[in-house]
Amino acid sequence: MDRRLIIEHIPRLRRYARALVGDRYVADDLVQDTLERAWNKFYLWRPGSDLRAWLFTIMHNVFVNQARRRRYEIEQAMEEVPAVSVRATQSEHLELQDVDRVLRSLSPDQREVVLLVAVEQLTYEEVSGALEIPIGTVMSRLSRARERMRQLLGDQGVMPLKVVK
Amino acid sequence: MKPLAEAELHTYIDGALSESARAEIEAWLASHPEDAERLRAYAEQNALLRSLYNPVLDEPVPPGLLAVRPHAGLRYAAAAAIFALGIGLGWIVRGMFIAPQMLPTSFARLAATAHAVYAPEVRHPVEVTADEEQHLVNWLSKRLGTTLKAPKLGPLGYELVGGRLLSGPQGPVAHFMYQDARGQRLTLYVSRQRGEPRDTAFRFSQEDRVSVFYWVGGNFGYALSGEIRREQLLQVADVVYKQLNP
Repeated sequence: MDRRLIIEHIPRLRRYARALVGDRYVADDLVQDTLERAWNKFYLWRPGSDLRAWLFTIMHNVFVNQARRRRYEIEQAMEEVPAVSVRATQSEHLELQDVDRVLRSLSPDQREVVLLVAVEQLTYEEVSGALEIPIGTVMSRLSRARERMRQLLGDQGVMPLKVVK
Repeated sequence: MKPLAEAELHTYIDGALSESARAEIEAWLASHPEDAERLRAYAEQNALLRSLYNPVLDEPVPPGLLAVRPHAGLRYAAAAAIFALGIGLGWIVRGMFIAPQMLPTSFARLAATAHAVYAPEVRHPVEVTADEEQHLVNWLSKRLGTTLKAPKLGPLGYELVGGRLLSGPQGPVAHFMYQDARGQRLTLYVSRQRGEPRDTAFRFSQEDRVSVFYWVGGNFGYALSGEIRREQLLQVADVVYKQLNP
């Protein structure tokens, strides 16, 4: 068993985890749990298949279980922000911070898909495999996530982002 | 022109497209400016998300993650069992049986000295206050070349005051200060250790009026100092240890 195989994927697992949960330490905990599980199940990995996709699948499962158990996802308590028409001129100077805030406002399902596509640059098929969902579901989540982000970013300054119950 | 499916539009910004598919989408976009604007915004989202998170790739990987080994779950279960059996007392007893040459007592003395110097300070007890905790932790992490955490001791009545960078025999030292409602202060002294990564039990040292519990975890030495009773300090040290080694 070659540790280097897994170790070389750690930076990308950390990037994905950070984007997924936001907080640095929570993210590294997620990576750690993922690595432990990967080690203990390494015999299940088929040599020659895509190790990175397999690791993303494990991280997805750990993330979903943790979210269920610990209820990290306080964002889910936020109400849907009503869609307001986009003011194109405002999207010119998007702050990275705003993007991050909007990312947090997505449901975890949507956030996973948008990050795997946009940041990890997996193909739709790979996302479908990693998250174990049909490709049609990948596409509908991606589409909804992007449109929601676009609307929220377009609304910068028009209304506060946080609409808390 | 047949209407394009939503999925095909996304393919335009995400995927490798054939020449003909690309031309077809571009023709569509030329006559559908709203879709074109939408795709422009999505492509911008891609770029912004990448510039936001790609820097994580350049961060040093925390040693803890590199050290993950198979069957760690079993070891953690065993460690949890030890904790459950031996809260407090177990650690002291264990400490008696572990060879004491792991960490020179001068480490405890250095920590106690730092405590004695900074804890009484009224106006400048720390360099960076807890208001900027994230900045403080990031800064000290960077200087020590690891991922530090400032333990959360609120449930024990101690709130973070802030911290500072000190110099020690092994280079930079991270120094966190905590305070309770009565103004009683505790300090946590963290410094890199020479030699192989290892773990030791808690050890106790009394340096004049300052009590110190200290231990080694991996490549770092930790010392918790305070002018409080040994039992109380042990309780805090136990919480600190657990938070740093979840």
